[in-house]
Amino acid sequence: MQMSLVIDANKCTACLQCEMACSYEGEGVFNPTKSRIKIFPFHEEGIFVPYTCTQCDEAWCMHACPVEAIVLNKTTGAKEIVNDLCVGCKVCTIACPFGTVNYNADSGKVIKCDLCGGDPECAKACPTDAITYQDANWTGYDKMKDYAAKAMPAK
Amino acid sequence: MKHVIIGAGPSGIVAAEHIRKFDQSATIVIIGDEPEAPYSRMAIPYHLIGNIEEEGTYLRHKPNHFNDLDIQLINARVDKIDSVDKMLQLSTGVTESYDKLLIASGSRPVSPPIPGIGEPGVHSCWTLEDAGAIAALAKPGAKVIQIGAGFIACIILEALARRDVDLTVVEMEDRMVPRMMDSIAGNMIKDWCLHKNIDVFTNGQVTEIQKAEGNHTFKVSVKTPDGVTQLDADLVITATGVRPCADFLEGSGITVDDGIIVDKNMQTNVPDIYASGDVAQGKDFCTGEYAVQAIQPTATEHGLIAAQNMVGLEGAECGGTINMNVLDTMGLISCSFGLWQGVEGGESCQLVEKDKWRYLNLQFDDDVLIGATGIGYTQHVGIMRGLIQSEIPLGKWKNKLLENPLQLMEAYLACTQSAAIQ
Repeated sequence: MQMSLVIDANKCTACLQCEMACSYEGEGVFNPTKSRIKIFPFHEEGIFVPYTCTQCDEAWCMHACPVEAIVLNKTTGAKEIVNDLCVGCKVCTIACPFGTVNYNADSGKVIKCDLCGGDPECAKACPTDAITYQDANWTGYDKMKDYAAKAMPAK
Repeated sequence: MKHVIIGAGPSGIVAAEHIRKFDQSATIVIIGDEPEAPYSRMAIPYHLIGNIEEEGTYLRHKPNHFNDLDIQLINARVDKIDSVDKMLQLSTGVTESYDKLLIASGSRPVSPPIPGIGEPGVHSCWTLEDAGAIAALAKPGAKVIQIGAGFIACIILEALARRDVDLTVVEMEDRMVPRMMDSIAGNMIKDWCLHKNIDVFTNGQVTEIQKAEGNHTFKVSVKTPDGVTQLDADLVITATGVRPCADFLEGSGITVDDGIIVDKNMQTNVPDIYASGDVAQGKDFCTGEYAVQAIQPTATEHGLIAAQNMVGLEGAECGGTINMNVLDTMGLISCSFGLWQGVEGGESCQLVEKDKWRYLNLQFDDDVLIGATGIGYTQHVGIMRGLIQSEIPLGKWKNKLLENPLQLMEAYLACTQSAAIQ
């Protein structure tokens, strides 16, 4: 069963626990700027939108990588950065039309959501179930994909 | 079915692998004229810095990767294509037949017409072989002159600086990276280089490279609006652009303009012959015109689409690729997308923070983002591509962006996830 991150912005309170958990898991520091998931606030509307990679089928980042440093984890479906191979050329950061691959100048490598190998810390840290990790067939995932599809480059 | 691919760069390799996905029984042959395993030119600067070994530049890392996929690699140059008999003449003297042919022969550096350009000690930085030659001459304290301050030139600056050479850059245009950066951005990158103790001559032209007696190998004449200066050099690097490798197509009947003209299916004017990557003049998403882009994402997208058409998949069309680049000039990271110069009648906004080495410029046509330039931004930059290529009408968010261009991600989310936000 393929699992995916399901995001319900209406439940997010911008407590940023997900960003803390993510940066600690990924980079060993509590630093939202190193988080692979990001909360975008919409103060006028009073809503907060958690946003990260949807592990899209097109995998623009993976195909654009010139040194095969982004690979598919067949168990989780995540596109994962292989740090030992990443040269830090940043092509994936411009190729991803969702803006979910970022360059980390401290490491000289790129970072993106890898679903923590199948046990995402952001979902565990979220106190309001705004971020959950569920069966990919669950309708919420389709909804999220629909959002993403609107931003999908025209073929 | 026998698929033959000319060129072992990213476009050719992606195409070969993709053909194999769709056709388990096809014969697949890749012909490349460099002796190394298929590698990425983009990784050469990191090899030159010493961050990675030669193997780190390879496009594929698994031992026997190509064997396992039953993809045959031939090390030879293709001298001639006979499209009537569907036969290739190789530099090794043998011929190779094909049913479907993909030309992904890439590009090669342009050699500027300067007296002395052919001297030993003058190198381009394009192949692994070039990188080896440059590494041997770029010793600490060596005087290095780089002709050109384009994308490739900038990306190797760091590699050279880290080797503690005494570096001078000479660029003909009035700014650095003129084909990727506007005046503010190009000059900000120049100021950054000066700040990093690299001499930069813009509006400068190398007029002669002379062999010299004494401590240094060359005397290089540089002409600027202020006059002519003579500079010592131990190594001269030329990085004045690239052009498609299409000379061998003469007499083949294949139409070549700036590059090989292809249609939406990546097919040339000759049946069963396709082209992709740097050598192909494909559709530009933003202009609708056909142009050579010579960038990695386009090379792989072309390769995927060409492969699908070569195996006969219906509806595999290229709707146009976006010209885009990301550049790391000694730690200053810049990017540009699409029509970063803007269009007539369009609107734009910019945020200039010279003291922070940051710049963001957005270009709109009506309420659609059509181009962007950024310096100093590394987070969520891909969204600029997303907004351009999806042509999302920004509505009220365009005015918000005109006021504060930093709200790109918010604009994107509001316009695509409105169900969640409203």
